[in-house]
Amino acid sequence: MTAPAIAGGVDFDLEAAWGLNAQVALRDEEFGALAYHYGTRRLVFLKSRLLVDLVRALDDHDSAAAALVSLVEPSEFHRYAAALATLVPSEIIHER
Amino acid sequence: MSVKPVPSLKDRFSLGLQAPICLTWELTYACNLSCVHCLSSSGRRDPDELSTAEAKAVIDEMAAMQIFYVNIGGGEPLLRPDFFELVDHAVASGVGVKFSTNGSRLTPERAERLAATDYVDVQISIDGADAVTNDAVRGEGSFDTAIGAMENLAAAGFGEFKISVVMTRHNIPQLDQFQAIADRFGAQLRLTRLRPSGRGADTWHELHPTAEQQRELYQWLLARPNTLTGDSFFHLSALGDPLEGLNLCGAGRVVCLIDPVGDVYACPFVIHDEFKAGNVRDDGGFSRVWLDSEVFAALREPQSAGACTSCGSYDACQGGCMAAKFFTGLPLDGPDPECVLGHADEALAAVKVPVLLRPTTTVDHSARRPVSLSRR
Ligand code: SF4
Ligand code: SF4
Repeated sequence: MTAPAIAGGVDFDLEAAWGLNAQVALRDEEFGALAYHYGTRRLVFLKSRLLVDLVRALDDHDSAAAALVSLVEPSEFHRYAAALATLVPSEIIHER
Repeated sequence: MSVKPVPSLKDRFSLGLQAPICLTWELTYACNLSCVHCLSSSGRRDPDELSTAEAKAVIDEMAAMQIFYVNIGGGEPLLRPDFFELVDHAVASGVGVKFSTNGSRLTPERAERLAATDYVDVQISIDGADAVTNDAVRGEGSFDTAIGAMENLAAAGFGEFKISVVMTRHNIPQLDQFQAIADRFGAQLRLTRLRPSGRGADTWHELHPTAEQQRELYQWLLARPNTLTGDSFFHLSALGDPLEGLNLCGAGRVVCLIDPVGDVYACPFVIHDEFKAGNVRDDGGFSRVWLDSEVFAALREPQSAGACTSCGSYDACQGGCMAAKFFTGLPLDGPDPECVLGHADEALAAVKVPVLLRPTTTVDHSARRPVSLSRR
């Protein structure tokens, strides 16, 4: 597959290995999940269940692209890659 | 106008959350001050206060529910002899603590202890940028005491604490001075809205900002999006661009209060039987109250906009604050008493007469000396 190198206008390296920040806790909710960063004390909303599954799957895959392929319909790759990219500045996920 | 993704999230909250996002826990009704606007009518300790063991069990439940942090208040929380024991237990359980204090018991030793604890935020309350303005509301000497506590925190190397101010008619002209105090200590300014709750029911009419001051505050906040407000001024969003935050009344949906005796209310500003959902001592504890209470279920239903339906600003302002309406005797499905378009003025003037018929807080722990009132 050809994954976009830039998602949602934010630099996000899909070929890199990503993971959930160890300082972040996820609380599942009907709409998705709340992510709380104990270091920055910021609360972030993950607005779909699939995004939550994807974030949790990052640690088990060698690249974000592989995690995407395993969970997300091809037509939705861009959307979910962009959603992942928005979690980088808030340090919810980071490159491993 | 830019459309924010907030409304969809708002709809999603109606599905109900597994746990509150903004949980306040008043640890005690005991307080050495008697601020004229105290939302919890604090003063005397309630003999039925949760014991240390009960309080720790509540913390364990918070941890199990993945409540990431709790806002601890009172009364004056430092008056509980087990305060640090409870804070340590919370932090060790992964429940961060943000606590509000009047500063009177924040000695240099305690400041150092707080500085050494991770995941603790401290808010020191002042309601004027000088002693005259502050002490008129919070009592003689309380300004100097609070500044002393800030000095103790700074000396202990606590880092960025918060200075919490309830905005009134008398201190809105001091916004820049408050910012200067915060800057002096490297602190963050937190401005919140005065509600007619607790003893505030008696003083709100004289203390709440004028319409002109509300516009001034709105402009000030727009220019400083990093100012903390606890989302409390969303009724001002009807003036134009929305302020930062979720911009909705979260009572019973996102927001919740546990009081010192374990009673659970929809929000810290509605300590009244109408909004009491249960008690943490009941079977099933806090989690059952949060998930199953009828009071909360009703609040999670879509709310009628009532007289606000025809207002073009309803999306931004949502009719304002439920507590403010309730304690001024206004219908809950109509405009906020401080509606920036003035749509509540007439109704408010009409209910002003039978003051004694307005709902008052059903729980009052005020010290038995009279709180000074300038009216009548
Ligand atoms: S009429 Fe209602 S919705 Fe409109 S600005 Fe006033 S309180 Fe807000
Ligand atoms: S009742 Fe008022 S203070 Fe309470 S959550 Fe609603 S808007 Fe906020």
